[in-house]
Amino acid sequence: MKSQVKQETMALNGDEAVAFAVKQCDVDVVAAYPITPQTIIVEKFSEYVANGEVQTEFVCTESEHSAMTACLAASATGARTFTASASAGLALMHEMLFVTSGSRAPVVMAVANRALSSPLNIHGDHSDSMAERDSGWLHIYVENAQEAYDSIIQAFKIAEDVGVSLPIIVGLDGFTISHTLERVDVLSEDEVKQFIGERQLPMVTTQEGKTVPFKLDPQNPMTMGPNALQNYYFEFKRQQEEGMKIALKKIQEVNSEYAKISGRSYGNGLIDAYQLDDAEIAIVVIGSTAGTLKVIVDQLRKEGIKAGVLRLRTFRPLPVEDLQNALKNVKAIAVMDKSMVPGGFGGAVFSEVRNALYDIKDHPTIVSYIFGLGGRDTSPRDLRKIFDELTHIVKTGHVEKEVHYFGLRE
Amino acid sequence: MTTQEWKFTAKDIASKPDLFLSGHRACAGCGPASALRLIMKATRGPTIVTQATGCMEIVGSIYPYTSWALPWLHTAFENAAANASGIEAALKIMQKKGKIKEHIDIIALAGDGGTCDIGLQALSGAVERGHDFLFILYDNEGYMNTGIQRSSSTPMGAATTTTPAGSINPGKLETKKPITEIMLAHEMQYVATATPYYWKDMLTKVRKGLEVEGPAFLHVFAPCPRGWRTEPSKTLEYSKLSVESCVFPIWEAVNGKRQLSTPSKLIALAPQKKKPVTDYLAGQGRFRHLFTPQNQHVVDEMQRFTDERWQRLLQKCEPA
Amino acid sequence: MSSKEKTWKEVSIAGVCSKSSIGFMTGDWKTYMPVRDLEKCTICLTCVMFCPEGAIKWRPNMGKIEFDFSFCKGCGICANECPTKAITMKLPDEEE
Repeated sequence: MKSQVKQETMALNGDEAVAFAVKQCDVDVVAAYPITPQTIIVEKFSEYVANGEVQTEFVCTESEHSAMTACLAASATGARTFTASASAGLALMHEMLFVTSGSRAPVVMAVANRALSSPLNIHGDHSDSMAERDSGWLHIYVENAQEAYDSIIQAFKIAEDVGVSLPIIVGLDGFTISHTLERVDVLSEDEVKQFIGERQLPMVTTQEGKTVPFKLDPQNPMTMGPNALQNYYFEFKRQQEEGMKIALKKIQEVNSEYAKISGRSYGNGLIDAYQLDDAEIAIVVIGSTAGTLKVIVDQLRKEGIKAGVLRLRTFRPLPVEDLQNALKNVKAIAVMDKSMVPGGFGGAVFSEVRNALYDIKDHPTIVSYIFGLGGRDTSPRDLRKIFDELTHIVKTGHVEKEVHYFGLRE
Repeated sequence: MTTQEWKFTAKDIASKPDLFLSGHRACAGCGPASALRLIMKATRGPTIVTQATGCMEIVGSIYPYTSWALPWLHTAFENAAANASGIEAALKIMQKKGKIKEHIDIIALAGDGGTCDIGLQALSGAVERGHDFLFILYDNEGYMNTGIQRSSSTPMGAATTTTPAGSINPGKLETKKPITEIMLAHEMQYVATATPYYWKDMLTKVRKGLEVEGPAFLHVFAPCPRGWRTEPSKTLEYSKLSVESCVFPIWEAVNGKRQLSTPSKLIALAPQKKKPVTDYLAGQGRFRHLFTPQNQHVVDEMQRFTDERWQRLLQKCEPA
Repeated sequence: MSSKEKTWKEVSIAGVCSKSSIGFMTGDWKTYMPVRDLEKCTICLTCVMFCPEGAIKWRPNMGKIEFDFSFCKGCGICANECPTKAITMKLPDEEE
């Protein structure tokens, strides 16, 4: 698809691309705390602030917990907010992630995915945001710096949709994307501002019986964050879930609308299916590894092997129907997880994908590959072995191991 | 800070509509409820209140009912000051962008748990960053909402559910954390202590705190009949006794310069008026175990400690 | 609760409270209730100041103090603090 507007090509790493996108999105409040490998986002953004290039209150909070709190409170006051974190910082915010989604605040957060302690590891894996699967946040994972830039812009539009009103994580692989310099085509600031518009607020009926915009406003007093007892809590959680259902459509819409301007589309916004139409074997994965896998698939296809890749872009809400439609005819699937579920059965994405495909009659054989923990690299040659193992499964009908620790010294 | 004194009479205050409404579910005789109801009368214009989890937060916000007739936000326990930071940042930028025209005051409310313990980090951070808000600590000396557990603000010798008076330990062994000294060390423009018995003094201080452009801190000592095991009718009496016995002296510090407030000043000028600590302890069930021979040493220690802090305070205060 | 409770589609977003607490009468909590001797009352308004419930109201246009028993929890602070002892706490049947 061709871009409708003039774009500029810049050399940016993933973090810089995120910061640049935030700069263009007319964000009111950024409250953040630095943590590797997200530091470049906050550093770059503070440069913009120091040079007067943005009209944003930048609050250097004393911890990530306070950063998320400040974003939530600012959002409750009607502001558009952004923050970024990773690993231990994201874990420290854990309590507030649930509060933020329960409070229906459309905070946008970039997560430069990094391993959790202990032992301490600053490198990229997905354990930090996978640990927040249940937090009620939307999760979109990107493949490269270009997509990081595009997805931050889209994130504001998705989250702020009145029917969605949920906070959103945009995950980019720590170091692999966050610190790798790439060519990134950027839109003009006017184009971005026009695309996302002003923040719209849902309407709410207050204790005064007035129906007013949902924000802290002395003109229209309202009480936010009450205590809901056994007779009401459940209803609020179900109401929150409706936002997830609406997000499933909204993410696709925003992907197409954005494609019209930028010329860039990421699958249908939910999944990025590569060579899956007639694939017999496929790998499902989140993040930059998909890029490497696509190159391998091209090579395999030349050899006559019907291989494909499904990059899961949106993890929350889980695009069940899209997964089913894309994968139902594949014979053997490896789901690669860059995180572990200790004591569980395979990785997180594996569990969810398998769950999604369970109801399909004669569903594919699905195996789990846990890899890349603590930033361990996997080479294309190694990744190719996974396809070979899948081919073996299809040929013999036999699964030797359901859960692989790929790249582990055993 | 304005130099013009805010003058008001009881009738002025009584005529103002309540912003913390009736129908809240605090215990009968609740000191913090009495204090908060009055504090909300000292607001000077559009105000947003944000509160930490705790007694006063729960009793006024049980869905679908609310006792707050002004914009009010609760998120979690340790972050009243971080909430205030976020609200303040949002208001600031929206004012710069022309979306809001008026000045809006921000009050952060928290109990001693949400201020001195779990809330200390967020409070220190918010104060260091200089956000324009008034932080009011309503101190009932324990985590009362969860069942009277000890906090760092619980005085030595008090029996709580996590520092019960047993055969070996006579209640809490540690002394009360001097939170206002910590706040003063942040070089704040305004730090003060108050208690609801002296309501006129308390409301003046609330107003002064609101007028500060930057962070201000007010420590309100508010007895809890449930947690202290006192007669609900005597809540304000204990508020008064705390000052008369110098267990809780009241003062204010403007840019670090401290002055005793009148009720404490009267005792400084006439030391014979200072009541012994036992007058204050009597009738409080949480101190009942101290009135035994084996715990006399604790009472003596409490008197000594009170006297020592009082003397230190007198030294730090500006001459009358 | 007199009204039917709302379904998940009907509740306000994120739990924004929909009713003022003045609709929740805490007056039935009390055992003792305050009884005033109007002759002793000097309208110092101490009781109005201290009542934690805001159940004692000053009516400036009528020059009167009004007790709202639908919110009074019977704590007795008003009686304890009244400088002229114009208020006593009594059981409802011994009011006279």
